[in-house]
Amino acid sequence: MRLAGRLGGAAVSLLMVAVLGFFLFRVVPGDPVVSMTRGRPTTAAMQAELRTQFGLDRPLVEQFWHYFTGLLRGDMGTSFTFRRPVADVILERLGPTLLLVGTSTLIAVVLGLWLGVRAAWRRDSGFDRATTGVSLTLWAVPTFWLGMLLMMATGDLFPSRGMRDTDTAPDFVSQALDVGHHLVLPSLTLVAVVCAEYVLVMRSSLLEEMHAPYLTTARAKGLRDDLVRRRHAVPNAVLPAITLVFLRFGLVVAGAITTETVFSWPGLGLLFYDALTGPDYFLLQGLLVVTAGAVVVMNLLADVLHGVLDPRVKVV
Amino acid sequence: MTGFRTRWFSRVGRGDGAVGGFLAHRAGVAGAVVLAVAALVAVIAPLFIPADALDVTRVSDAPWQAPGLGHWLGTDHAGRSVALLVVQGAGTSLFVGLTAAVLSVGIGTLVGIVSGHFGGLAAGVLLRVTDFFLVLPALVLAIALSTVLPRGLGTIVLAIGLTSWPSTARMVRAQTLTIEARPFVERARALGGGHGHVIGRHVLPSVLPLVLVNATLAVASAIVAESTLAFLGLGDPTRISWGAMVHQAQLHGAVPQRAWWYLLPPGLAIVVVVLAFTLVGRALEAVVTPKR
Repeated sequence: MRLAGRLGGAAVSLLMVAVLGFFLFRVVPGDPVVSMTRGRPTTAAMQAELRTQFGLDRPLVEQFWHYFTGLLRGDMGTSFTFRRPVADVILERLGPTLLLVGTSTLIAVVLGLWLGVRAAWRRDSGFDRATTGVSLTLWAVPTFWLGMLLMMATGDLFPSRGMRDTDTAPDFVSQALDVGHHLVLPSLTLVAVVCAEYVLVMRSSLLEEMHAPYLTTARAKGLRDDLVRRRHAVPNAVLPAITLVFLRFGLVVAGAITTETVFSWPGLGLLFYDALTGPDYFLLQGLLVVTAGAVVVMNLLADVLHGVLDPRVKVV
Repeated sequence: MTGFRTRWFSRVGRGDGAVGGFLAHRAGVAGAVVLAVAALVAVIAPLFIPADALDVTRVSDAPWQAPGLGHWLGTDHAGRSVALLVVQGAGTSLFVGLTAAVLSVGIGTLVGIVSGHFGGLAAGVLLRVTDFFLVLPALVLAIALSTVLPRGLGTIVLAIGLTSWPSTARMVRAQTLTIEARPFVERARALGGGHGHVIGRHVLPSVLPLVLVNATLAVASAIVAESTLAFLGLGDPTRISWGAMVHQAQLHGAVPQRAWWYLLPPGLAIVVVVLAFTLVGRALEAVVTPKR
């Protein structure tokens, strides 16, 4: 029953995402066609034709109906700059982003949770102070700036643009090595920024458990300190932390946009940047709907996962 | 006079009271000092910087100079002094950070109190909307908003303020519900206190300390958000800000040219100020919500 409620809530959220994507780019002042063609030589007749082509001359309700039914079929309109369906362009760029975001999130979660546990278990120790201090500082560091610094500091050690070189041998191993080589700096940037958040989340989550009676019991049974930590404290503290990792997925999304822009990583983030510099409203709208939709789905996953992993929370 | 001073100092020494509690957090005090200096620089410095020194068309110095005697932080791609640019940028970054934080926390407080105090359908809808926006990546929305609105400082403030309020709303709502469950609010109601009385006299005073903490932390994230928007080229093109400086550095190839003096200062300025706001916020938080 609760699961049905969650699913319903997520469905409503997705609907709201769709509505938001529509109105954000239509209710705002200014003619989208005028701003999209700014800086290009266009006549009034061409603008009128574009308006007809994009359906902007029809009533708002009709436009919404067209947009919404299209969205359900996976049709998000045509990109103005690419002259191709938005859905195709987005799908094409999905892979590189999944690779970058997936690798970085995995490293950041493992590293962040491990550091967070260590810091909280020895609260106020030198290690704790150092970890917390570095995390707070990294949290204050703008992602794009860190990326540029890394690029400048490493010089020619790692490639700083794109995902692969054109002159790499076509066999799988060379290609994979090349992509991996290109992946180093962008993922390092993303890990540094996202990991800081995970450290702080895990640390405060474990601190909540530190004085729980069951830990006293475990110690009274004569368990060694690291057994108390690994078998008793961490399993309880890691659940809320994992949930928060899913909940803050939006953070990773935002980080991916700037990281991909800095390193010209050919994924959705760079596409976002291209769309906003156009500006290409239909592409931007598609990207907004897709990323926001992904975040909503991640949240649903977090809820369900939490219910499955933690018997105290009844979701299913 | 002396009586007051000794009393004040002894309170500070014992570490009780709001001020003393704050002073007991060394990191928070350091942050506050940094912020005071930054604010002073932001307000005073522009009065002493000649407009010509920051105008790309009227600067006559050589571009891409490394730090030296003439320009102790070097010059940018157009021959402007990086040191002067950083000092000038402080105003924009702090202004946007503060106003966006006030807007965001203001909306959040209003929504939080209304949805916590008034039950019923409207509050339910408000809560649903809050949860919806809480989930969405605020920066992505802010980027979308500032793309469709005309470029300018107002747009940046709006874009950040309108997208970052939900966490405040959530927190204020929780606090409102906690307070309203307390017996003294029930008593106030029984004595005939209306909505205005309960909110104004009981809910608001107990929510304000938390709101203050939230506002301090909100400034930190608003400054980062501003720099990100400016870096993506969505900032006010007529103003110098730290994010815009990094944007220019990227645009004119500071990285391939190894112009570290152009790239480092604006980013460090962001880090120092954001960290200062975070430290002050955390110290305030520790004072407001006593040891759990």
